[in-house]
Amino acid sequence: MTLDPGLYNYWIVILLMMTGLYTVISRGNLVKKVIGLNVFQVSVIMFYVSMGKVEGGMAPILVEEAEAVYSNPLPSVLMLTAIVVGVATTAVALALAVRIHEAYGTLEEDEILEKEYGAAGPGAADGPVDDHEPG
Amino acid sequence: MSVWLEALSWLSMLAGSLVLLVTGLGVLTLPEYYSRLHATSITDTLGAALVLFGLAVQAGWSLATAKLVMVMLFLMITGPAASHALVKTAALHDLSLPPRRRQEDGDAGAD
Amino acid sequence: MLALIDVVLLAFLAVTAVAIVRLRDLFAAVMVTGIFSLLSAGLFTVMDAVDVAFTEASVGAGISTILMLATLAVTQDVEKKRWRRRFSPLALGVVVVTGAALVYGTSDMPRYGDPDAPIHHYLAPHFLEHTPDEINEHIPNVVTAVLASYRGYDTFGETTVIFTAAVMVLMLLGGAATIDRRRPGGGRMGANVVLRASAKPLVPLILLFALYVQFHGDFGPGGGFQAGVIFAAGLVLYALVYGPDRAQAIFTGRRLEALVALGVLIYGGAGVAGIVLGGEFLDYDLLAADPQDGQHRGIFLVELGVGITVAAVMTTLFLLFTGRGQPAPWEDRVGESEGTP
Repeated sequence: MTLDPGLYNYWIVILLMMTGLYTVISRGNLVKKVIGLNVFQVSVIMFYVSMGKVEGGMAPILVEEAEAVYSNPLPSVLMLTAIVVGVATTAVALALAVRIHEAYGTLEEDEILEKEYGAAGPGAADGPVDDHEPG
Repeated sequence: MSVWLEALSWLSMLAGSLVLLVTGLGVLTLPEYYSRLHATSITDTLGAALVLFGLAVQAGWSLATAKLVMVMLFLMITGPAASHALVKTAALHDLSLPPRRRQEDGDAGAD
Repeated sequence: MLALIDVVLLAFLAVTAVAIVRLRDLFAAVMVTGIFSLLSAGLFTVMDAVDVAFTEASVGAGISTILMLATLAVTQDVEKKRWRRRFSPLALGVVVVTGAALVYGTSDMPRYGDPDAPIHHYLAPHFLEHTPDEINEHIPNVVTAVLASYRGYDTFGETTVIFTAAVMVLMLLGGAATIDRRRPGGGRMGANVVLRASAKPLVPLILLFALYVQFHGDFGPGGGFQAGVIFAAGLVLYALVYGPDRAQAIFTGRRLEALVALGVLIYGGAGVAGIVLGGEFLDYDLLAADPQDGQHRGIFLVELGVGITVAAVMTTLFLLFTGRGQPAPWEDRVGESEGTP
């Protein structure tokens, strides 16, 4: 396994991905999790777009001269759709967070679990504590 | 492009970068909210305008220059408006001004 | 030189990401996420992906930030929410192991910028060479040509995804009734002289710029997605400045729902037109006498459909989120000492 310094881009992007993942796993606030997911998504997009770069190339907009070198347009196209899909899913996640807040009064994961299952946590034999009608 | 224009554009961009660097230092080191806002609201717009002016000189008389000028105008309108919104919000939340300081000989401080 | 900018931007991004994890104040975290999106847009420009940069700047630093702020506004009473810090060694362990595995996985990758990488050998040269003769010689932006024509089916699916997301949020947050609901205490921004005076001239300019981006997508970075988002930003600014009464007269729930569906209908209609005229789904060559004109017409139609749907969806999302909340106690005071709007 070779560690080529030309791969510096990818390593930093992996660091960003892992930061986003850590935010999703370890933080309890729902909006914070969505933010972490956003960071993760942007870094994945960065990873793909990095693969398309050709050194000495220019943006893939055709110009007159015949021997111009262009960067690869394909990752750009795919990631363009990925960004917009990402914002769509972020919007749905945030709408769910708003409804959860209306139902439970809080956005903290542990408080929500407590209200749903009582102090015993989700493993309790009785199941959910109150039979609520949210919203 | 003549040497003078080239030098002007580089000088402008460097000056703009320096101003923005000072802005960053101000935000980091000043003690409280209003003084930090004072640091950013003026210098942020100025630094951006200088950098954009330098780029416009580099581009010469072209469509790119027209776009840069429009961006500069946009920043000059929205930058101070955003700072105003920040100060207004702070005032509405009754964020306190720093306490008045008195001079050594007992006179009230001017600010 | 470019490599230096690359390295510096990536370092900034790493610092910003770590700051996002560590910030406990949600409002500040959302702001720093906006900065993160803007920095990544700068990085995309350095990496020659100008369309992606444009989209990331408008979507990530624009709409995403607005939606998160709207969520925070709706779900807190007034102040920033602080959450309890929990350092979780298990999470850190999982993340480190995954990161190490990914770094090991990159060891086989070609180095950054390598022109001989396999990704540059199959379809990309074909698209770059044949766009002038297969699509239209007057569309120099290869990304638009690939997005709207070569891979038009993919983009259609994505437009449908945006539409579905709008439908889901409409169902979750109460639908057209929430958009049409009377909002007490609105128009606060219009009551403030400075904000009103600076925002009012900008609204038509922003809408004009959105139209420019929409139709200029053939020649430079731009296209339906970016234009739709910028148009929505202009409409949101209008709603903020002129107040909810004027905004609700224009953006009724039914109209927005109809516009959201109209864009997808236009896109699908362009595809079905290809079938009706004797070809395949999304076959633009048949839309005019000359296949090149047909391609141009087809690309124009689908970008229009995408632009309409995206603009309507983003505006709908914003109005739904803000219509769901109750006004905060301080909100009636913004206009005080400014006189009536």
